[in-house]
Formats: sequence, structure tokens, C-alpha cells
Amino acid sequence: MIEVKGLYKSFNELEVLRGIDCHIAEGEVVCVIGPSGSGKSTFLRCLNLLEQPTSGEIIIDGVSLTDSKTNINEVRQKTGMVFQLFYLFPHKTALENVMLAPMKVKKLSYSEAKSLGLSLLEKVGLTDKAHVYPEQLSGGQQQRVAIARALAMQPKVMLFDEPTSALDPEMVGEVLAVMKDLAREGMTMVVVTHEMGFAREVADRVIFLDDGRIVEEGPPQDIFTNPAQQRTRAFLSKIL
Amino acid sequence: MDTILYVTPLLIQGAGLTIIITATSVAIGCVLGLIAGLARLSGNAVFRALGTGYIDFFRGTPLLVQIFLVFFGIPGLITEVQNWAMASWGIEPLIKDPNLPILWAAITACSLNSGAYIGEIFRAGVQSIERGQMEAARSLGMSHWQAMQYVILPQAFKRIIPPLGNEFIAMLKDTALLSAIGVEELARKGQLLNADMFAPFEIWISVAFLYLLMTLTFSRLVDALERRLRTGDRG
Ligand SMILES: Nc1ncnc2c1ncn2[C@@H]1O[C@H](COP(=O)(O)OP(=O)(O)OP(=O)(O)O)[C@@H](O)[C@H]1O
Ligand SMILES: [Mg+2]
Repeated sequence: MIEVKGLYKSFNELEVLRGIDCHIAEGEVVCVIGPSGSGKSTFLRCLNLLEQPTSGEIIIDGVSLTDSKTNINEVRQKTGMVFQLFYLFPHKTALENVMLAPMKVKKLSYSEAKSLGLSLLEKVGLTDKAHVYPEQLSGGQQQRVAIARALAMQPKVMLFDEPTSALDPEMVGEVLAVMKDLAREGMTMVVVTHEMGFAREVADRVIFLDDGRIVEEGPPQDIFTNPAQQRTRAFLSKIL
Repeated sequence: MDTILYVTPLLIQGAGLTIIITATSVAIGCVLGLIAGLARLSGNAVFRALGTGYIDFFRGTPLLVQIFLVFFGIPGLITEVQNWAMASWGIEPLIKDPNLPILWAAITACSLNSGAYIGEIFRAGVQSIERGQMEAARSLGMSHWQAMQYVILPQAFKRIIPPLGNEFIAMLKDTALLSAIGVEELARKGQLLNADMFAPFEIWISVAFLYLLMTLTFSRLVDALERRLRTGDRG
């Protein structure tokens, strides 16, 4: 589903990603872990071209993102992105947040978009909040609306950048529960997270990123209980 | 007191023209400002340079000079170009009377000036919206312009209402400069009446009060509008 070859990304002088190669299969759930500043967000943002790779190739669902002939707006519809700080549109209700892109980008009619929006809000357990504005929602509820909003474009892949890091602890569970549902339904997911419990339980594979490179990857039980690399061990001993 | 009661109705006619010129100029200025502001934020270097050049010129020179430039300068330029075309190639002048009607000149100058200030207001308003809003919209497959239209500008508009109100008030006072080319707005009406009656204190204090009445009324209106939007505000 996702094919990354020799991905490099620099911000001016600073080389943040230094040659990432990885393949993510359809339906796979991959958790990306690593120290702050290691390039996790940058990697994720390259996967939907919020950052333009300096070099390398990214292919998602058979379409090369790095090919200059590719229409950025079209390939972005293949990936849904969930941000740490939600970024719901504050001037729109929960339902309108979900409906906006399907109507404007996919040209769905109002009634089609509305029934799609309502079914997605139901999926994330927020039917009763459909007509509420984001400022009246808790962080956990906002993040669930943001997930519904991303799903509304029917993406092939969902990208999550620390989706629970900005939440009060009591709200983390409700967001992770929605993500687990998605994983169970077979969604291909790339999740940058510090939630090791989630990674252990849901991930098919864990990637440990340090200093812009993949240091180690494998099934969660291997990475967490028996890491091969010293740097992985050092990192895990700090956070577990 | 009698003088004041006598001149006020006459001055009010001038105040009417002041309001018409201000409202028209700020309305046209909003369109120019939106274009200039978006040009300054554009990824295209040519648009950016044009937007910046326009905004810098009209904010960096006195409105009075801009008024003279439009009213005297442009007809002067047209005449010179036509004379030169006549002399060099024998082309008959296309524009027989290059003079602009005075009210048109007034509105043109004030609109161009207002557009430059409003351009900066728009730019600041758009830039005050956090970057994540644009990224969230783009990540859903919206184009840059769709994201602007449906996500960024609606949020920016709410934030720019107070500075836009200030611009209106500033322009309302600055239209007094139009008296220099003889537009019979409020200040010019004051000059004319004073030449007739010679009652400088009564006349100028009445003029001042009429300006104050207009600016205060307008700033109350903006406050009320702002308050209404804030109760319905979602960010
Ligand atoms: N737009 C940018 N311009 C310049 N430098 C940037 C930019 N975005 C990220 N960086 C730098 O790139 C490096 C990697 O950033 P990135 O956000 O990918 O790290 P991260 O692994 O997600 O860290 P964290 O766990 O703190 O979120 C950091 O040093 C950061 O300062
Ligand atoms: Mg990050």
C-alpha cells in the first residue's frame, strides 16, 4: 500500500530524514516511535506531501507522490491525517467539519454529504454532538470528530501524529478505542505515538526512528521485550 | 448660537457627501485590499511583488499627494502622452477631455489609499489563523484556494472587523483633505460658509461636532457588530 524508497528531507542545512526505506502492506498498522526531534512527524507529513521530500520516492496505492506529474490534491485524498492538535474548523459544527471536504472536493450533494457525515459521527460515537461547535467539545471529542473528518474522504491510509498527546489522560482511551476499531476493520494505519500500550496491543509492526533513520523495526513483542539495537533499548528504558 | 443653528443644516449636506465618499472608497478598498492582501501572501513572486509595491506606495506617501496625483497628475500624463503621439506619429488624441470629474478623482484616490491599508489588514488577518488550519484543509484534498475560501477567510473576516472599522473612521476623517481639490464635503463646506459669514469659531466647532457624531456613531455600530459576531463566534 505504501512504498518508501530512499526518502531524504532537509530543512535548509538541517537534514531531518536520512534515507528511509519501508514498505507498508494493505491493512497493516504501523506504529512509529522515537525520541523528540528524530523526524517522526516529518516522515508522516512527507506521506501526504505536507512536507515536500528533498529526494527519494513515495508510492501510495500505486501512485507516485514524488512524480511531478501527480496531482497533489488528488493523491492527498488517499491519505487521511489526524493531528496532535485536532485543527477542527472552529467556524463549523462537528457535522459541517465532516461534510466540508466531501462537498467541496468530491462534489457530493448536501444530502449525500450529510448522511455520510452522520454515519461517520455515529461511528466515532458523537451522533448527539453533530450540531455542536468544536469549542464546546472536549479534547477527546474534538479528536474523534477530526478522525471522522479524515475518514469522510474515504482514504486508503490513515496517518496519525501523536493523536492523544494533547489530551487529558481520561480522554485518551476514547480516542484509542476509535483507532482500534479502525484497525480491526482493516484500515491501513501509520501512527506516531508515545502510547506504548496501544502499540503493543494494536500494531502489526513497530518502527523505531532515531536521527532520521529507521534503527530497528519488527513486531511489537520483539521490539518491546527484546530489542536488537542498543539505541532502541536506551530509548525504551527511558519511556517504559 | 443662532449662527450654529443656521450653519448646521448646510454643513449636513457636506457631511452626506463625506459619508458617501468614505463608504464607496472603503467598499472599493475592500475589494482592492483582498486582492492585494492575497497577492502578498501568494506563492507567486510576481504577484507578491505587485501586492507589496502597491501597498508600500499608498501607505508610504501622503493621501494629499495621492489626491493631487490622481486629480492633476493623471490628466497631465494623458495630455503629454497624447501630445507626444500626435507629434511623433500624428495620432489624433483619443481622449478629448482628460480631466477626471472631481468626485471620480476623489473616490479613485481614496479607494486606492484605503485598499493599501485594508490589504495589510487582510494579510495580518489571514496570517493570524494558525497554520494547522491550512494544513488540515489541504490534507483533506482541498486546493490552496478552496482552503482559503472555506476555511481561512471565514475565520479571518471575523478578526478583521475591528481594524476594518478603524480604517473606515480614519478614512472618514481623511476625506477632509479632499477640500484641497474643491470637493464639497464637510470640511470644504465649512471653508465656503466661513468665507461667506466669517464666524470661524461657530463654523469650525460645528464641523468638528459633525465629524465626531459620525465617527462615534460608526464606532458604536462596529462594536455592536463585533459583539454579535462574538456571541456566535467559534474561534
Ligand atoms: N518546518 C520546519 N522547518 C525547520 N525545521 C523543522 C521544520 N519541521 C521540523 N523541523 C525540525 O526537524 C526535526 C525533526 O522534527 P519532527 O517534528 O519531525 O520530530 P518529531 O520526531 O516529530 O519530534 P516530536 O516527538 O517532538 O514531535 C526537528 O529538529 C525540528 O526542529
Ligand atoms: Mg512530532
